[in-house]
Amino acid sequence: MSLIEVRAPGLLTTVQDLGREGFGPVGVSASGAADPVALRIGNRLVGNPEGAAGLEMTLLGATFVFPERAVVALTGSEFGATLDDEPVEIWKSVEIRQRQTLRLGATRTGARCYLCVRGGIDVKLFLGSASTHLLSGLGGFQGRALRAGDVLKIGTASGSFRTFRKRSVSARAVAQLAPRKVLRVTPGPQSDWFSQEVQDLFYGGTYRVTEESNRMGLRLQGTAIESTAGGEMISEGVSLGAVQITAGGLPIILFVEQQTTGGYPKMANVISADLSSLGQLRPRDEVRLELVEMETARALFLEQEKLLASQELILE
Amino acid sequence: MRFQVASDQSLLVYFEEQRKKSGAKAPPLRNQITIEAHEQVRRLLRLVELEPIAGVRNLHPAYCSLLFKFDAMKLRHQELEEILLGYVRRMEKEVLPEPRIVEIPVCYGGEYGPDLKDVAELHGLTTEQAIEVHVSTTYLVYFLGFVPGFAYLGEVAEELVTPRLATPRRSVPVGSVGIAGSQTGVYPVATPGGWRLLGRTPVKMFEPERSKMSLLSIGDRVRFVAISREQFAKLGNA
Repeated sequence: MSLIEVRAPGLLTTVQDLGREGFGPVGVSASGAADPVALRIGNRLVGNPEGAAGLEMTLLGATFVFPERAVVALTGSEFGATLDDEPVEIWKSVEIRQRQTLRLGATRTGARCYLCVRGGIDVKLFLGSASTHLLSGLGGFQGRALRAGDVLKIGTASGSFRTFRKRSVSARAVAQLAPRKVLRVTPGPQSDWFSQEVQDLFYGGTYRVTEESNRMGLRLQGTAIESTAGGEMISEGVSLGAVQITAGGLPIILFVEQQTTGGYPKMANVISADLSSLGQLRPRDEVRLELVEMETARALFLEQEKLLASQELILE
Repeated sequence: MRFQVASDQSLLVYFEEQRKKSGAKAPPLRNQITIEAHEQVRRLLRLVELEPIAGVRNLHPAYCSLLFKFDAMKLRHQELEEILLGYVRRMEKEVLPEPRIVEIPVCYGGEYGPDLKDVAELHGLTTEQAIEVHVSTTYLVYFLGFVPGFAYLGEVAEELVTPRLATPRRSVPVGSVGIAGSQTGVYPVATPGGWRLLGRTPVKMFEPERSKMSLLSIGDRVRFVAISREQFAKLGNA
């Protein structure tokens, strides 16, 4: 059985797949990769099913030693990776020989980089998923972020290719899927709690991602806006990417480890096609929100899925 | 009943009219959260769990609403609404099972219930009286949400209704029993939280290895039972 030894854990490295849906009635949110597009592509590069478990690194990458030969790919943001001190490109499959060291540094672009390994990361599934839910300490590797000294198991690779194949992602696809700083949204269920003036202020303004942002939610700093209706609302189910306006008037965008229900009015909801972009936002990044029609949101999502499923995405 | 688009892949079903227009005067929350709406949520949830809808990926029940998360590759809002109208027409016949009654032992006050004294004082009660009020009600599990296994229980008796803390705690210990407004609940995991803490239970509310992961389910009834520190220690080691 192949292993990965964690020499340095980086800032926050967790096992993630595409999450666990279907457990809302017991309060368990989906979790999963913060940038699922990057994880899916990474898995395709190494010949895994696109939902296989990989490692999600945040802002500062980890250092790994591979006791055996392995095939890996790095996707998402550029963390200045090296393999035995030789630079490694992202969005490409990479062959690792026995005892080689893969070292990642600080990010040069967005917030997260994914390491996908042929065979996937093998952890005990919780409710059908390998994803770590940090807040509740469930799933992933012992329900927590990786530490130095941890040893991960690599799963058995299925499928046709046993020998290494050079694969990369088409430059056009990388450009098309590039993370956005202008997040497109559709109106939230309580958007009519906010006056037109307040909405103009909100959509005209620039917001900064704060340091308190994490996998549960992105807290934004900027012009505080006020609900015209004011006061409390009854807690209700909340969607991934919901833009809640808190008591202080600042937005929180609910993210992958979101609570399943919440009691703040939701002004907007980030469209599905832009959810992966949320996973690449760093503290101090500036974002704007742009209102689009529901049909546009739908068309953009279908277009993104089509691109992710296409043969032209991966070059051999 | 009313549908509300929540996002490009989710739809809310409300069983009680939330205030819609900005500036509209809202009735107090206590009057909007009704047993009738709760039972409608449960009926629809039960029916959808028995007869799953292709393309629906997750359900988030709450006091008087049910959120449907779906796959836009397989469904549109309009299609889901039409399917759900059929379910809603049929669900009145759905008989809800007799509620289970679950007793939860709680050690009140001291380090386990750091807000008990303040809450009692606020209402002109002794701590013993405040405990008595909290244990005298049989609570309804309106829904589970927020974090795994967190049950929203209601209603707290009028003489104990207290707003949340102005500043939430950075971390509330596992098993803490708190109140917020007319709601009460138990923290299944250590999380930040603003509920006023009256005590702590040694019972595990959420246990992934248990066949029934969450001790409580939507629709259960809950009674709190006061226990001593010794009993807490004994139960905690069991």
